[in-house]
Amino acid sequence: MDAVARDTKHQGEHADRGAGPDNTETITFDLAETGGVRSLNAELHRPTSKSYAVQNPAGAHAIAAGIDADIAVDVHGHAGYYCAGMNDGGTVTVHGNAGTGVAENMMSGTVRVTGDASQSAGATAHGGLLIIEGSASMRCGISMKGVDIVVGGSVGSMSAFMAQAGRMVVCGDAGDGLGDSIYEARLYVRGTVGTLGADCIEKPMRDEHRAELAELLADAGLPHDPAEFRRYGSGRALYHFTSEHSGSY
Amino acid sequence: MTSPAERGLRESATFDRATIAGIQHAARTGVYDIRGWGAKRAVPHFDDLLFLGASMSRYPLEGYRERCDTDVVLGDRHAKFPLHLQTPVTIAGMSFGALSAQAKEALGRGASEVGTSTTTGDGGMTDEERGQSKNLVYQYLPSRYGMNPTHLRSADAIEVVLGQGAKPGGGGMLLGQKISDRVAEMRTLPPGIDQRSACRHPDWTGPDDLAIKIGELREITDWEKPVYVKVGATRTYYDVKLAVAAGADVVVVDGMQGGTAATQEVFIEHVGIPTLAAIPQAVQALQELGVHRKVQLIVSGGIRTGADVAKAMALGADAVAIGTAALVALGDNDPQYAAEYEAIGSAAGYYDDFQDGRDPAGITTQDPELSARLDPVEAGRRLANYLRVLTMEAQTIARACGKAHVLHLEPEDLVALTIEAAAMARVPLAGTTWIPGRDR
Repeated sequence: MDAVARDTKHQGEHADRGAGPDNTETITFDLAETGGVRSLNAELHRPTSKSYAVQNPAGAHAIAAGIDADIAVDVHGHAGYYCAGMNDGGTVTVHGNAGTGVAENMMSGTVRVTGDASQSAGATAHGGLLIIEGSASMRCGISMKGVDIVVGGSVGSMSAFMAQAGRMVVCGDAGDGLGDSIYEARLYVRGTVGTLGADCIEKPMRDEHRAELAELLADAGLPHDPAEFRRYGSGRALYHFTSEHSGSY
Repeated sequence: MTSPAERGLRESATFDRATIAGIQHAARTGVYDIRGWGAKRAVPHFDDLLFLGASMSRYPLEGYRERCDTDVVLGDRHAKFPLHLQTPVTIAGMSFGALSAQAKEALGRGASEVGTSTTTGDGGMTDEERGQSKNLVYQYLPSRYGMNPTHLRSADAIEVVLGQGAKPGGGGMLLGQKISDRVAEMRTLPPGIDQRSACRHPDWTGPDDLAIKIGELREITDWEKPVYVKVGATRTYYDVKLAVAAGADVVVVDGMQGGTAATQEVFIEHVGIPTLAAIPQAVQALQELGVHRKVQLIVSGGIRTGADVAKAMALGADAVAIGTAALVALGDNDPQYAAEYEAIGSAAGYYDDFQDGRDPAGITTQDPELSARLDPVEAGRRLANYLRVLTMEAQTIARACGKAHVLHLEPEDLVALTIEAAAMARVPLAGTTWIPGRDR
């Protein structure tokens, strides 16, 4: 097929996407039936309703990935890898646990996991809000680029590795190597931190930090007092490479 | 003044002048050399192979008269819309950030003029290159700088990058002097700081995860786009098998001569294997899986002439990619800037400091004045000319070997000039039937 003709087609498709339909009747997809994730996502990319329910997810991968419309998707059960990956809008709620890379590279919208999340939750995400009511495993918020992540429990080691922008709130404890090689993301931890990663330092909590933290906790529906949190961020000592740094990584 | 050699002075083969200068530089600065380009050392290469033209036992095709096709289809294994290119010579991934916006635009213009594809790089897709590229491959890299689903959907193919030939196993570092406000914004980082590109993907590890990741990319793009997997040439036989198992539609293998914008010299020269050694391993892997020509193989790293293109394809590649040669065609290392190259401590024909942003040719820079020197229309035309020459040269050789399509070239058309090349390419030493390592 001619490439230019295809470009036009893409633009045409995209014009249909984003706004979302008026129909508010919930459409249910049972992933145990024929079609599975592929037909679910095909529908979510050109939605005919504002509301979807997914039954029997059984750990399937890429559930509700690539949404870019203002729709709500409720996943009733456990999701596999990359649930809600690259979403740009919409609200996805996993009523269960989520596998590796939930909401990876999310651009906007909201993703909520009522249980726990596996590794790399919210990896490289640019925007939106990811709420994990339970705990998240290693590398939560790795390379995050603007997303807000609120974890009700604890996060594993190497979380916020090379985190570039955005905010991460941990209401429990953080594992070793928190914020290793962090850039400009801001981290708030209520409990203990195993160790801080290279160039990640504790920073003072000022009023503007308590205010943004209160807002994030309210958005996530968590009742904690911002005064119980400590703030961490970049020491900005590794922003320019020199050989004297070779021992600091 | 007579030269040292004329005065009977002897240069050490072990400590030659470049080696001595390297030690002196390390001692003076305390840092290793970071540079662009690929491996500069001599390694067995396509120059060590020759074609057996047709004569009595095979019929040649008439040059300039009889048809010899060059079009290739890439990614028709799973994708709804595979790429159909008019020449098997594609443009390799090079980032906006490493290259100026003008250079990226010129690559798109040149590639589109001859009906081939160009590729984004670490740093996202620019409007200039999307606008000027009929076939644009979107690289999906560990850093995910500027990565977003809108660009993913606007691409014509997706290339999951595991590594590159210049630095298999290495990430990257874009030095602060090249981080303009625009580059910084695309990468969501402060201007002026050194930007590290990660060496591992943040949300998958290993081939089983990659299969799930490729599944996600297909889901997000509604199974429309071919998915490539690019590896730097090391354990190529195994890497290609695993890439196919993970679901790749196309495997890209980049040999150690493949270029980079910025890596430690020690990495460029000492990690990875030559392109020549990688191709037969990749082809063997594809053949054993029964997918040779079904999962396409793109080879890059040191492609300069139509002979290189033809040799890569005869060894089993479906297409090739060029990077360094494309930059030279745009105007990189042009002698018209000889004085300016000398002023920054280099010389036209030697310039490889792609990392430091002072490129007199305006290609590997973000400096507005320097990059304005490159006219994207003119540079694009030069690239198109060069791509046409590569294609016609490959056709010339294919016709001489009696082939009506460059894809019909085969290993039986080749012999090797050296034992090393014969062993690596798995073709006989010229004038013999001996393939070292095969006939034991």
